[in-house]
Formats: sequence, structure tokens, C-alpha cells
Amino acid sequence: MDFFNAFLNPEIIARYLPALIRAVWVTLWISVLVVISGLALGALLAGLRAYQKRWLSWPIVLFADLMRALPPLVLMLVLFFGLPSVGIILADWFVLYLILTLVLAAFVEEIFWATMTSLPRGQWEAGAATGLSFLQVLLHVIFPQSLRMNIPPLVNRSLTISKMTAYGSVIGVKEIVSVAGSAQAFSGSATPLTMAALAYLIIFYPAMLLSRYIENRFHYEH
Amino acid sequence: MTAAQPLPTLEITALEKRFGETQVLRSIDLNVRNGELVFVIGPSGSGKSTMLRCCNRLEEPTSGAIHVSGKPMLGIPRKELDRMRLQVGMVFQGFFLYPHLTALKNVTLAQRKALKRPRAEAEARALEMLDKVGLKHKADAMPSELSGGQQQRVAIARALALDPKVMLFDEPTSALDPELVGSVLKVMRDLREGGMTMIVVSHEMQFAREAADRVVFMDGGVIVEEGPPEEIFGNPKSDRLKAFLSRVSGEAA
Repeated sequence: MDFFNAFLNPEIIARYLPALIRAVWVTLWISVLVVISGLALGALLAGLRAYQKRWLSWPIVLFADLMRALPPLVLMLVLFFGLPSVGIILADWFVLYLILTLVLAAFVEEIFWATMTSLPRGQWEAGAATGLSFLQVLLHVIFPQSLRMNIPPLVNRSLTISKMTAYGSVIGVKEIVSVAGSAQAFSGSATPLTMAALAYLIIFYPAMLLSRYIENRFHYEH
Repeated sequence: MTAAQPLPTLEITALEKRFGETQVLRSIDLNVRNGELVFVIGPSGSGKSTMLRCCNRLEEPTSGAIHVSGKPMLGIPRKELDRMRLQVGMVFQGFFLYPHLTALKNVTLAQRKALKRPRAEAEARALEMLDKVGLKHKADAMPSELSGGQQQRVAIARALALDPKVMLFDEPTSALDPELVGSVLKVMRDLREGGMTMIVVSHEMQFAREAADRVVFMDGGVIVEEGPPEEIFGNPKSDRLKAFLSRVSGEAA
């Protein structure tokens, strides 16, 4: 059973399981923080853009375009290795959190903006005609519809960005890939990498099922 | 105006609207008395809908004045405009119910957020209004579960629940299947009997004959002729109105 021993050696599993479980927690909490703050920031930016003030829209569009164009890894390396030279030292996990949040926010802003502008103008007018302020129409009429229409792309983006926590291995965040990678180097066995793959499955497969449920739950006919 | 005359509920004075080079409305003057139903007819592109939409400033007038119960709609800050809009209910051709909210919540939203009514009061009022349009039993239905006629009646309830001084109807039955038109017209007739002040832009000439106090004929952005329905339909004076009426009756025949 050479194959089995190479990829799922029980002794190696036992040796590295505690470290890997700690790494799973690091991946999990960074992912959760990124998704919460990325969705919130993206929605906020789309809301601000809806005011259609040039001095607000212009920086938002620029931000969204830059963050979607640049590879997140490049941004992380610049922040992590570049900023110390001007005396700013950020924690590795914070750099990972910050960049992924900004990238997710950029995509989320674009997703919301696209549907907010595609809703019938009558939805805005119906709200305004009943005495609701611009902000109230945005919050109670436009945004909830936009959210429901966008659940599939938002969930997809959130899952994708959560998997990008693996980039943390490059700047030393003790998440799954980083821990499994060094375990592989020390043990000379592929088993820790198999464990890493299984760990991702355990985290993201339920997330996938949950997203299916949410999509069905909030589906409605237009 | 003498002191003895009551203030018109809606007063449109020298209203002009230009879209770029195109003059859509030119010096429109129209007063609507309390409890009056004014029916606006005219060919498409005559500016009737634009005039209506200027009354609550969904369309920004180029110049002129609009007063609701003596208070100005123009030249006021947005906050004040939001308060004034509560007094002007509007019903759209396309209904525009909020598709993510039940019928009841469609009717309570602006009551809660704009009028700041407590939830219980807003819901009681919403049920009362839904009952008025014959849809109390559909309070928990989503808009997608309602027919076009039912959606439009919920939209009417949504506007009425804010206790407006005047109701604007912008072609309320034009998007409806013929067999559903009657239910909406019935609600409008009930409203009129209840003393609501209304401006109706519509092509339902039969309804105009039966229910209107006054019919206004617009063409080319001006009011060409106005008078009681018997006069307008029975004894049209201008050639443009005669031509319009013969075209409309030609379609009906």
C-alpha cells in the first residue's frame, strides 16, 4: 500500500493533526472576517455611488477597477514587504485580511451597482412618490431587491475570496496551506497536503450547501 | 381669487417643461378643487403624463409654480419635498409594487418610514386600505402572486394609506388585460364618491363620461379645451379635439 502510505500515512496524520486544526481555525476566522467586511464595504460603496455625485463615484470606480485588475498576491507582497521600508509594519494576518477584504469589496460593489441600475426606474419613483427619502428608497426598496437577485454571484465571490486565504502562506500566515506545506517539507510525506485538501473540503463543502439553501430560500419571481 | 373662494387643492400655474430643445409643456394653468375629479385626455406625446409627473416632481419643471393646499412644491429643500410628496399620491401605469415585500408590507413601508407611524397603526391602516380596494384577503400575498388588476389596486392602497390630499393616476389601466380594467375603475369610482381629489390621465373615455367633473384636453403641450364631460364629448369646439375624439371613437368601433 505505497500509494496509501504516501497520501494518508496514519502516523503522519497523528503527528500533524493538532497543528493543522489550529491552521483550520486561522483560515476560518480570517475568511469569515473578510466575507463580512468585504460584503459590507462593497454594499456601502455601491450605495454611495448611487448618489451619482462625481467626486464620490469617480474614486469608487477607480478603486473597483484597480482592485479587480491587480492580482491580490501582488498587493499583499507590496504591503507586507514594502511598507516596513517606510516604517510601517503590519501583522501578516492583517495584510491578508485587508487585501482580500478590499478585493472582495471591489467585486461586490460592481455586482450591486449592476443590478441597482438595472431595476426599473419605477421602483425608485414609487418610493420617492410615497415621500421616502433617497436613502430610505435605497435601503428599503432598491438594496433588498438587489441583494436577492445577487445571492448566487455574491456567494460565489465569497467562496472564491475565502480560498484565497491560501496566499497567506507566502507572507507567513499560519493558515492551512502554510502549515501543511511546512509539514510536508519536514516529513517528506505528501500526507499533510492531502490533509489540507480534506480540510478545505470540510470547510467549503458545507458552505456550498448552505449557499444552495440560501439561493432557494430567497428566490422570488420578479 | 376672492377671499370667499376656498384654496384649490392642487394649483398649477404657468407650468413649463423642456427636455433639451423640445418644449413638452407650455404655460399650463390648471386648478383642481377639493373633491374634484379632473380627467386629462389627449394624443400620446401631448404632455399629459409629464404634467402629472411635474405635480410631485418626478419630473422637474423648467418654470412655473405648483401648490398643494396653498403650499409650494417647487423651490423647497428635498426634506420638505419628501413631506409634500406624502400629500400627493401617485398611481403608475406599471404599478411598481415592491416585488420583495408582501401586499401588506408594500402598504406599510412609507407609513412606517416616511410618516413614522408605529407598526400596529400602520398595519391597521394598511388592512383598512386593502379592504377598501377589495384585497384584504391578499394581505400576505407577494406581488408576483397577484394579477395585474390586483397589483394596481394594492398600489392604490399604498398611496391612499398616506392620507394624500390629491391622487394622481397616470394611465392606471393601460397595462391591464381588458377583463381586469373594471376592478380598478370601480376602486377609482369608490374613491371619487368618498370625496377624494383626483387627476386621471387615461384613455378610458367611458369612465371619463361617467365619473369626471371636468375633462381637460391637451395637445402639443398646451391645454386646448376643458369643460364638463357632456361639453367636451358632446360639443367639442376646437378642431384638434374633434379630430382626436373621432380617432378615439374610430378605434373603439
